[in-house]
Amino acid sequence: MEQVAIADQHDEHHEPTSFITRYIWSQDHKVIAVQYGLTAIAVGLIALVLSGMMRLQLAYPESFTFINPIAYYQFVTMHGMIMVIYLLTALLLGGFGNYLIPLMIGARDMVFPYLNMLSYWFYLVSVLVLVSSFFAPGGPTGAGWTLYPPQAILPGTAGFDWGILLMLISLAIFIVAFTMGGLNYVTTILQARTQGMTLMRMPLTVWGIFVATILGLLAFPALFVSALMMLLDHVVGTSFFMPALLSQGQLTDHEGGSPILFQHLFWFFGHPEVYIVALPAFGIVSDLISTHARKNIFGYRMMVWAILAIGVLSFIVWAHHMYVSGMHPWFGFFFAVTTLIIAVPTAIKVYNWVLTLWRGNIHLTVPMLFAIGFIFTFINGGLTGLWLGNVVVDVPLSDTYFVVGHFHMVMGLSPVLVIFGAIYHWYPKITGRMFNDTLGKLHFWLTFVGAYSIFLPMHYLGMLGIPRRYFANLTTDFIPESAQDMNIGITAAAIFVGLVQILFLINMVWSLRHGKPAGGNPWGATTLEWQTPQTPPAHGNWGPTLPVVHRWAYDYSVPGTAEDFTPQNVPVSPGHDTEDEEART
Amino acid sequence: MNIIVLFMVSVMAVFVWWMVLQRVTAKTWLEQGVAIDPRAGADFQYSHRVASKVALWVFMVVITALFLLFVTAYHMRMHLGDWRPLALPGTLWVSSALLLLASIALQAARHGASNNRRSLLLTGFILGGVFALAFLAAQWWAWQQLSAAGFLVASNPANSFFYLLTGLHAVHLLGGLLVWSKTAGKIAGGAPVASVRLSVELCSVYWHYLFLLWLGLFALLLNT
Amino acid sequence: MAIAIALIVLVLVTVLFHIFSPWWLTPIASNWGMIDGTIDLTVWVTGFVFVAVNLFLAYAIIRYRHKQGAKAHYEPENKKLEIWLTAITTIGIMALLAPGLFVWAKFVAMPEDAMEFEVVGQQWEWSYRFPGEDGVFGAVAARFYSGANPFGLDPDDPAGQDDRLVASNEVTLPVNVPLKVLNRSKDVLHNFAVPQFRVKMDMVPGMVTSYWITPTRTGTFDVLCMELCGIGHYLMRGRVVVAPEADFNQWLGEQPTFAQTQEQTTASAAAGEQHYVTCAACHGAQGEGNPQMNSPKIAGLDQSYIERQLHHFRSGVRGASPEDTFGQQMAGMSNVLPDDDAIASVATYIASLPDVPAIAADTENEGNISRGKKLYQNCAVCHGDNGQGIWTMHAPRLAGMSSWYLSTQLEHFRSGIRGTHKTDQYGQQMVAMANILNDSKAIGDVIAYIDTLDQGQEDSSDTATGRGN
Repeated sequence: MEQVAIADQHDEHHEPTSFITRYIWSQDHKVIAVQYGLTAIAVGLIALVLSGMMRLQLAYPESFTFINPIAYYQFVTMHGMIMVIYLLTALLLGGFGNYLIPLMIGARDMVFPYLNMLSYWFYLVSVLVLVSSFFAPGGPTGAGWTLYPPQAILPGTAGFDWGILLMLISLAIFIVAFTMGGLNYVTTILQARTQGMTLMRMPLTVWGIFVATILGLLAFPALFVSALMMLLDHVVGTSFFMPALLSQGQLTDHEGGSPILFQHLFWFFGHPEVYIVALPAFGIVSDLISTHARKNIFGYRMMVWAILAIGVLSFIVWAHHMYVSGMHPWFGFFFAVTTLIIAVPTAIKVYNWVLTLWRGNIHLTVPMLFAIGFIFTFINGGLTGLWLGNVVVDVPLSDTYFVVGHFHMVMGLSPVLVIFGAIYHWYPKITGRMFNDTLGKLHFWLTFVGAYSIFLPMHYLGMLGIPRRYFANLTTDFIPESAQDMNIGITAAAIFVGLVQILFLINMVWSLRHGKPAGGNPWGATTLEWQTPQTPPAHGNWGPTLPVVHRWAYDYSVPGTAEDFTPQNVPVSPGHDTEDEEART
Repeated sequence: MNIIVLFMVSVMAVFVWWMVLQRVTAKTWLEQGVAIDPRAGADFQYSHRVASKVALWVFMVVITALFLLFVTAYHMRMHLGDWRPLALPGTLWVSSALLLLASIALQAARHGASNNRRSLLLTGFILGGVFALAFLAAQWWAWQQLSAAGFLVASNPANSFFYLLTGLHAVHLLGGLLVWSKTAGKIAGGAPVASVRLSVELCSVYWHYLFLLWLGLFALLLNT
Repeated sequence: MAIAIALIVLVLVTVLFHIFSPWWLTPIASNWGMIDGTIDLTVWVTGFVFVAVNLFLAYAIIRYRHKQGAKAHYEPENKKLEIWLTAITTIGIMALLAPGLFVWAKFVAMPEDAMEFEVVGQQWEWSYRFPGEDGVFGAVAARFYSGANPFGLDPDDPAGQDDRLVASNEVTLPVNVPLKVLNRSKDVLHNFAVPQFRVKMDMVPGMVTSYWITPTRTGTFDVLCMELCGIGHYLMRGRVVVAPEADFNQWLGEQPTFAQTQEQTTASAAAGEQHYVTCAACHGAQGEGNPQMNSPKIAGLDQSYIERQLHHFRSGVRGASPEDTFGQQMAGMSNVLPDDDAIASVATYIASLPDVPAIAADTENEGNISRGKKLYQNCAVCHGDNGQGIWTMHAPRLAGMSSWYLSTQLEHFRSGIRGTHKTDQYGQQMVAMANILNDSKAIGDVIAYIDTLDQGQEDSSDTATGRGN
């Protein structure tokens, strides 16, 4: 708390000079953002490889000795957990949140830079602990990313001893890291907005990150609680979640606990987690669409309210993950209703994205392509959410490939498309250079079409009744052989899409040196991060004086203006004022 | 889960209510210039003092969520049939008193800091930490008494929750003591009162909060 | 422009895929046609929205793509349009929700006259229980589980004595009779799912969950586990035979009651010793085995395993394949045993033999022990970390047994000589597991590791052979 904040004072002496303080032990939000981003992408690549191996097994069972049931369930678990927590959450909030919040609201840095640095280092430790479980006796946990007890801590599940222990510890550390970062994001947005930056003038990206962070701060404790209690069940032998049961023929010492209690706590975190990932993506994609369509976001107020409504509702829908868990079926009525209600604000967001394009001036840049791709996959994934939220439809489909298809479409592919779009969009600001456009477009097309053909057929395998989390399907009377052909097709697409990501990596690295210099505002965007005196922004972001905000974030193509955008920090010109005012009403 | 849902919904309700105060319905595209900023418009100045307080309050909401989740789990687990209420040792009354004293001492220190009364600040602040340490010692003693009497952590869920809740509360106090020790070092080293005023203020708020949190937990443990 | 065309094509492909997909709901076999109806309705509503919104999106892109000198329209919001869209969406949502909740109300309302039966899940098999004549299930508790009482029934509860127990993964159910399905688990979460029945519910240790169903079509249906329950999750299979009520009643009458399963058998080690003379010729007087005769060591195996295998040999489940010469010999030898009692007796006798070291074969195994150790993790979940065998898993002891024999059997499982018979529940699981050893070295590596295991662990051998009674 005693750290000198630099949000309000530009102190030349504060700027770090050595390589170590500048890039390693950095307190600059932009460096921390890049550290978060690179770490998340690195661990995400591990998860990507794991998914490739799972797909290989499903397409060609009995072909690879190293992919045996133990290894397979470990891949499933680590893939899921890494992607949801250590990639998506960390990249969207730790990465984009860190980079964009201070720049978009006109601050010099986060209000607690030291805490911010600690947040990254805790995150890194959590990643290392997680990865270390690959080398632990018995390997990482194979309990599925939901880590349901009792099986997570009993023999019969891979990594039931060390793997689960390291996973729980890693999660606890991650939550500490997130809380440090989250306090920073919330306080910075509440306190360090520059003059004139009212809440309702903030870009939707900041709104998405803001509300997602609040959700995270309130929801991650639920994961912490369930992890800690399971840790005690495992290590000390308490019975929070463990009933009297048999394990490998022996009666265990546990008695009276409730596995369902764990599920409630887990999903009390788990469902908001979906929105912790989705809301920043919603916000970012709004800004991408608006900027590249040269048009104000349609229904800004409605967009903000929808984010708030989704945020509030996300805390009362969790048990739709538990329709067949054995909880009292009466809950089904309540949670089906709340779940389907949440579809209304979500649908409004989709309409407003499309309506922003309507009568726009659409530049089909790489970020815009990814944004459009996102709208498409999100509509698909959102609609299948209506299936699974409606309790009777969920009962036959739960724990089948339909669920796998749904959540990959809606919270795997969709946020990833936004993340790619966002990286391309802000790459010129972060590095000062443009990426290679051709490679970018190629990357988009192959990823978008390829990934859609991975996840669409999965829904149909699920309709058929093929269960998820099966090492091999063996033979049944209701699964036709053609399903296996489809599995081979899905695997081919998955491995193809995985390899395509090399294009992205090449583009990012190559353009760092060889990209065209981007200039300060290559997209002609209105928001503050594009108005920095230097590109990439220097330490302290704004030079001697902070920007002052005079208008909302979406003054694109305002009638009566020469340019098709007016940055937020452009003062009102007295002559234009009245004319402007008339044109706007 | 009712308890935690109620809490989350009320936190979100307060948040939305506050949003409404922030003119969440404003048609900002019609409003130009700096003057519309509800934070005193053009004169707005960032204050690190306020930001730190806001951060602390947000943090305390997060801790409350954490403990309420435990309380929720406590309630759900309690009704599963094998719950044998734990007879709490009287030591806990002593520790409660110690934590109250710690809170009072820090309040005095805060008073000293805002009125530039250095000796009051020093005495109060040091005593606040010492009483907090004494509280932890008393809690530890209570643990020893219980485990000596055979009430082990795994022998009944009531015991498990007792150790878990008191332990976690102690961890939060330990975190506070870490900050306390830094500030105490500064005060003892003769740093100007103004430079520690904020830390003292934040510590005292946190101490009061942990005292109230403890009262809540103690009441829960006593009554179930 | 390309993206707009791509969107249109993708919409088209999605719709065509949907129409021509051979993969859709399996033909229903229960009363829950209303669920299928709700799904159909959902397909139409969401399908319409999917097509409409995406085509509009594509149209907007085509029409308003960037052209030289174009400028976007300025329109911060349009209250009327937004209200309309919200209202239409809300109506659409209600159109999905109302029928859904209506059907759910039926699901929740258990018919009073439903016939109860219980499904018991454990890693990784199913078994079933019917309440018997009194219509009341006997009490169960985890502490009663044992080899002789695998259902964990309270032996002193009179209500449990007539409970009909089905210690098999196959159950017969009556057609057109409302059934209340009670789900119980002995160890971890499971989920008893028959896709054709549509409904399912997790089984949770420590509680009993339930739902109801009326099978409407006779036939045999596969049971799958649909809640991750450990590494054997995908092997947790079973079958439901839906039969006319009379057939069902006859079948049920053939199932033993709990009281019958608890009766003392007349099997005795002394009688078994008489029969064992024949066996000793090949397997050795101490059951130590004889590689020259292709006879494995049998001392140290637990009774239930020996008994099961002898039954399998006798009934042609094992040793029927012409490629399995020694299995065929054994099938012939097993016919020497006159009846079930004789089998039980000889099994009891063999189980009582002191453990002796197996006679090693001449061939040296040069497998890679560390790789074998990694692979053995998969075996250990059933056969135990020390290869001691685990009775609840129906997994025999491996450590200290004839390793040449284990190797041959793994080959047999892999090549379909053993374990493929449809009543050989555990053999089928073993086939799937042997199939993960799919390069020429893998079997040798695993066997090499098993050879290093210390079979003499006192406490674990209790688990292997002590059947808890």
